[in-house]
Amino acid sequence: MDLATLLPFIVNVIVGGLVLGFVYAIIALGYTMVYGVLQLINFAHSEVFVTGAVVGFEIFRVLAPSPMNGYLKLLIALVAAMAVSGLLNVLIERLAYRPLRNAPKLVPLITAIGVSLILQDVLRIIEGFQGRFDLTYTLPAGFSGKFCAAESSCAAVGNVLRTVGIDLQLKDVILIVVSLLSLGVLNYLVNRTRLGKAIRAVAQDRVTAGLMGIDANRMISATFLIGGALGGISGVLFGMKFGTVNAYSGFDPGIIAFTAAVLGGIGSIPGAVLGGLVLGVIQNLIGVTNVFGSLLHIANLESINASYQRIGAFIVLVLILIFKPTGLLGKSNVEKV
Amino acid sequence: MKKSALSLSVLAALALGTASAQTTVKIATLSPLSGGQSDLGTQIRNGAQLAVNEYKAQFQKLGLNLQLVAYDDQADPATGTAQARKIAADRQILAVVGTLNSGVAIPSSAALAASRVAMVSPANTANNVTDRGLSNMNRIVARDDAQGPAGANFITGNLKAKKVYILNDKTAYGEGLAKEVEKALKAKNIQVVANEGTEEKSDFSGIVSKIRLQNPDAIYFGGIYNQVGVFIKQLRDAGVNTPVVGGDGLDSSELATIAGTGANNIYFTTVAAPIEALPAARVFATNFQKTFKDQAQGFGAFGYDAAKVVLQGILNAAKANGNKAPTRQQVETAIRKGSFTGLLSGNVSFNSVGDRTAATLYVMNVQGGKYKLATRIPVKPARQ
Repeated sequence: MDLATLLPFIVNVIVGGLVLGFVYAIIALGYTMVYGVLQLINFAHSEVFVTGAVVGFEIFRVLAPSPMNGYLKLLIALVAAMAVSGLLNVLIERLAYRPLRNAPKLVPLITAIGVSLILQDVLRIIEGFQGRFDLTYTLPAGFSGKFCAAESSCAAVGNVLRTVGIDLQLKDVILIVVSLLSLGVLNYLVNRTRLGKAIRAVAQDRVTAGLMGIDANRMISATFLIGGALGGISGVLFGMKFGTVNAYSGFDPGIIAFTAAVLGGIGSIPGAVLGGLVLGVIQNLIGVTNVFGSLLHIANLESINASYQRIGAFIVLVLILIFKPTGLLGKSNVEKV
Repeated sequence: MKKSALSLSVLAALALGTASAQTTVKIATLSPLSGGQSDLGTQIRNGAQLAVNEYKAQFQKLGLNLQLVAYDDQADPATGTAQARKIAADRQILAVVGTLNSGVAIPSSAALAASRVAMVSPANTANNVTDRGLSNMNRIVARDDAQGPAGANFITGNLKAKKVYILNDKTAYGEGLAKEVEKALKAKNIQVVANEGTEEKSDFSGIVSKIRLQNPDAIYFGGIYNQVGVFIKQLRDAGVNTPVVGGDGLDSSELATIAGTGANNIYFTTVAAPIEALPAARVFATNFQKTFKDQAQGFGAFGYDAAKVVLQGILNAAKANGNKAPTRQQVETAIRKGSFTGLLSGNVSFNSVGDRTAATLYVMNVQGGKYKLATRIPVKPARQ
């Protein structure tokens, strides 16, 4: 195998990892937002995210026969998923976390796991009533095509893409664009608005912020609303990218996104994004280590394949926690959210 | 209807003088009649019921009143074993048709072994069902260790592949199957580029990249439809149309639903033939539809066949016993030693441990989301 065939392969593996990383990143934001404000790991976030995926599925299913523009359908799906997941997250906070706010830290953590299990079964029942278990996304026509479907349009994209042999699908590009947009909006919301300022104040010191006239409960609700909405977006993107979800799909990406949030420095917004991207790329690279192993004739590497890609991500996490416990971009107690 | 049947039997009883002139013999079915797999379990029960209806008259001639009793194992080993004990306690039951799940068959047949109640399975594939060498446990379907070589034969013979990429789901089922396929392919000097395990359920981008790099002629995936379906969808989305082959874990209509537009060029081996694949099944399918107002499926046909093996075995034992009701032990021997004809899936005889001496595996093809029979592969059990 020569470099000419290997280079596009490596590039594709890295690009695939980045695309995957964006999904993790945006789920990780949901964990990090809530943690930043309440120091609570919202384990129910993985189900909030699956709820978004289910809402997206229902919207695409209902709108499938209509001749509406595909991007408009996507927009409707995203907005609906944001609304449902955001409100669900607010409701969870109100019913399951707020009454326990002054309890020892372990208590809300256990509640979070309980809420997560309840939501799994509720989702299962809701879809089960309609005789469905694995929800298969019916995407608008054209969404599953290549980024440059025809040779002529490929040329228009530019020869740079072609020479390194990147093979993007249209839905990957949509995924990246939507992720970057949500990240931009979130960044603006947190750093440039009064609401963001108030949330940051509550994150820093809930009691003092209260004395300054900030309604801490409202700000916490707002944080859960924003975190849930991000979960909704990531759910729809996840469904689009991988094609199918079920009520139990949230666990795996949820735990990896949580790892990404810790890797980047939990509580830090850029950290969550960086953590997601790093984990996505690492996972994909570990998954193909055997190819390099067989090229370089290193027998030990040849046995490292997709079986190990999860473990690899967690080994990286452990190493980071040993050598830089605050995570890649985390600063201890200086700035949260 | 019911009333007239009742009065008829009263008349018949009167005509024969005393009711005790009739000896009742029963066969039982043991299969899930409730829960998630009840659809398949009910097929087995109904198939067996059709066979009993057909043989009632022949038993009548010997003065035997034939009945079927259906037991529900809920696809659960503990429930199945408890039901097996009840079956053992009913002395009129001479043999059992069942079960659906190997996990249930293994403890239930052990529970029935001491009281010599023969069992004929229409569905169990696990090697250990017969490898224990119980004298009462038989099956009319192929074993798991036949499935790997059959898949490998299909890949080399029908798909003419020279280079194969193997994946597995890291479960006992998928990994075992993938290993059997790898072994059989290597024995034929076919290049196996990988036998890779993955627990991933949603993201296969790394594996798809590798497959594109290696460019195999066929992919074998030892796994279950919900994981393999997602993999196939992503494989096809990436523009790879290489045939994907799997085992009976893919035997679900959900596979095509999940793979969506990618549900093309998929093959899997299975023991439960579709009704259309059994040439003799047309009359059976019509009867089934008429009697149960439900469409016959593969397991219905195999339930029917397994019941016929049991009934012919009882008749043979009765003849050897001077046309009197045979004992359980006589039935057990007659089933293991006999050869049975007139079945939907061909003739049946068993080897020393109760495996069918010549079974068939069916290879199904999914094309454009539609399932059809690609070919059938005759298989022999590990020992004769």
